[in-house]
Amino acid sequence: MAKVLHIFAHPGQGTSRVNLALWKAAQSVDGITGVDLYAVYPRYDIDIDVEQQRLLDHDVIVLQFPLFWYSCPALVKEWIDLTFEHGFAYGQDGDCLKGKHLMLALTTGGPHGAYSQQGYQHFELRTFLTPFEQTARLCQMGFPAPYVQFDALAADGADHARGFTALLTALRDDTFDFRRAGEAELLTHDTLPLKEGARP
Amino acid sequence: MTDFLLLAFLFLAAGVVSVPIASRLGLGSVLGYLIAGIALSPVLTLLHVDVISIQHFAEFGVVMMLFLVGLELEPRLLWEMRARLLGLGGLQVGLTASLVAAAAFAFGQVWQVSVAIGLIFALSSTAIVLQTLNEKGLMKSDGGQASFSVLLFQDIAVIPILAFLPLLAIPGLAGHDDSHGAEEGHGAALSLVDGLPEWQAALLTLAAIALVVAAGMYLTRPAFRFIAQANLREIFIAAALTFVIGIALLMTMVGLSPALGTFLAGVVLANSEYRHELESDIDPFRGLLLGLFFMTVGASIDFGLLADNTLVIIGLTLGVMALKAAVLMGLARIFKVRDEQSWLFSMALAQAGEFGFVLISFATANSVLPDDIAAPLTLIVTLSMMLTPMLFIAYDKFVLPRYEEAEPRDADEITAPSHIIIAGHGRFGSVVNQMLLSAGHETTVLDHNAGMLERLRVFGVRAFYGDATRPDLLHAAGIENAKVLVVAIDDKHRSTELVRYVAGNHPHVHITARAMDRNHVYELWGAGCRDVIRDTFDSAVRAGRSVYEALGTHPFDAERAARGFVSENQRTIRELAGLYDPAVPNHENAPYRERARELLDEQAEQIRARGRGAFHERSERGWTPPTPEDVKAVARRLE
Repeated sequence: MAKVLHIFAHPGQGTSRVNLALWKAAQSVDGITGVDLYAVYPRYDIDIDVEQQRLLDHDVIVLQFPLFWYSCPALVKEWIDLTFEHGFAYGQDGDCLKGKHLMLALTTGGPHGAYSQQGYQHFELRTFLTPFEQTARLCQMGFPAPYVQFDALAADGADHARGFTALLTALRDDTFDFRRAGEAELLTHDTLPLKEGARP
Repeated sequence: MTDFLLLAFLFLAAGVVSVPIASRLGLGSVLGYLIAGIALSPVLTLLHVDVISIQHFAEFGVVMMLFLVGLELEPRLLWEMRARLLGLGGLQVGLTASLVAAAAFAFGQVWQVSVAIGLIFALSSTAIVLQTLNEKGLMKSDGGQASFSVLLFQDIAVIPILAFLPLLAIPGLAGHDDSHGAEEGHGAALSLVDGLPEWQAALLTLAAIALVVAAGMYLTRPAFRFIAQANLREIFIAAALTFVIGIALLMTMVGLSPALGTFLAGVVLANSEYRHELESDIDPFRGLLLGLFFMTVGASIDFGLLADNTLVIIGLTLGVMALKAAVLMGLARIFKVRDEQSWLFSMALAQAGEFGFVLISFATANSVLPDDIAAPLTLIVTLSMMLTPMLFIAYDKFVLPRYEEAEPRDADEITAPSHIIIAGHGRFGSVVNQMLLSAGHETTVLDHNAGMLERLRVFGVRAFYGDATRPDLLHAAGIENAKVLVVAIDDKHRSTELVRYVAGNHPHVHITARAMDRNHVYELWGAGCRDVIRDTFDSAVRAGRSVYEALGTHPFDAERAARGFVSENQRTIRELAGLYDPAVPNHENAPYRERARELLDEQAEQIRARGRGAFHERSERGWTPPTPEDVKAVARRLE
């Protein structure tokens, strides 16, 4: 049994559909620590000690957010800036996160095809996510392929939410295949890399 | 009675007319008073006024000034000054006295007279120097501090000099006019030590000093607290005067310098919460008495004598001053008073002083000085005092520019700590104070609750008793050097007046004022405060936000809605402030009423239109995704 930390960040939950659906669906999975970052820190006064302890207490950190301007919402950046301290997450003696996994679960407004050399976003989605990937690498963490819902404004999100509970369950039950997830480009609800014998 | 009123009127009027003119011309108040005195002198002669006895009365201003100087000087600082006080002061008095005496001897005086003259010119004018240094803000500079050490030593040295002078008596002069007795300034009419054996006298003197220190440390606080509870300003002033005069009297009775006694009392009270109140109560008396003193100095110039011996008198005056300045310059070198500060020190103390008058009349009475020498000596002392303000002007004009260009001044000379005054230490002011202290700032708290102040001081808060709305108390608390004033007093009307006064007279001070309600906001704004904080508003907003959250609003949405409410509320307040009229109640003020109703209607309209809270429009601007159609349109255009 791995300990899973699910951090959810959406500043405009009144207009969120898919992300909110994921958050609500995640509540039904037992043994997962869920944190609504904007509810805990509506005034951005992040408690570094509490957040570092949270990281220490878990093996897999799932960061869920909508992609805003090719990056995360501001509070997630603030959370990373403050929590991933020198001497804790990286640098001299900073190996507290070594061996853990950092995984992103995100939604994009644009369709899959936009995220390509020929598409109007001009880059692959993974290119935009390299800051997160390198953050994980610098902290000696694994960075499995992100779990993505493209075209989130049009999608109804039900499949994506169902897939998310399956993902969390597999992470918790050690039936998630990190090797395959590391090799994959992106994960969707129907391409989850589960180990043999695990029920999807 | 009429005589008294006439005199009071003459002196006051002369000062009122001449000092502002002198200040305007950059001459300083001392020169203004001196000139006023000269202008008055024919009138005074006509009225047969005894200028010298008025002068002795006015010398009490010096006593008060030393009390005030003591208040500014904590015991620790006095202790740090000890090397300069004894070394610099002692050498200055000794060297100057010897050199002047030698010069007098060379001019053919007998040695007794020469020594007396030396001692007379060894002293400088505490009144002129301290007054001018304070006026120019130079008291804290190195030269100012050195000057003060020397002056304090001279004040102490006067007593042994007075004891020593009669030993120089010349037999031929005996039986001289004794009418001035043993100098009134230190008049021994009521003496406790006369006729006692020496060891008893010494014991009594020590006991008197101990009494002053002990009373200052233990008696004043309960006494002043008791008096403060009466809440009558004049009684507090009366108490302060009683205190100072009482100490002066006691010191005189045991044969000590009253100036020294009150200075000691001042030092003892330097840490007291009543310090600023005492300062502002005594200060006007000090100012008026010193002004009177300077005028009497001006008025006592014997122009007949000056006209007869113009060259000799002026030559001797300049000679004495040059000699004194040279000694001071040499000492400045030895005691490491540097650069322009050494000039300040030498030029400031080059004159002879009011104690010179005392010594001259005392020496004459004791048959040490013949009359025909005393008269020109008095004139020389007076002239040297007259020249001092001009030396200060010369210092500003010729010495300072040279050093300012040559090198930047020492940093520790000009570093004034960023100073914050907090008026009112109640539930509001105390929180502000705690925040500032916790961030390492220095604050000065003014409050009129004597009991609470004592508790505060236990915790190391610099708190002082007094009504913060009084300009003189603000001055004593250092409003001139303050960066910020926090107005947190409970009385609406008075806090507005305080803001009006400070905004008008000290525009460099940032004022943060607490408003009790909406109208008070308008009034404070009108009074010139641009940082008005409503005292219960922020906590009420937080309560409202808590209720939002309790009703299930997401905390981040609640936060944003609260912020939206605050800025909307501030917008309406700013708009309505322009329509506010302090003379008309808001509900009778037609434009105000109308606009307020319009703003309310606007809000109601927003609520109806959206079917939700009025401030949601602001918060919805953020993170609202485009519709799927928008997305497709964008994609089509870009692909």
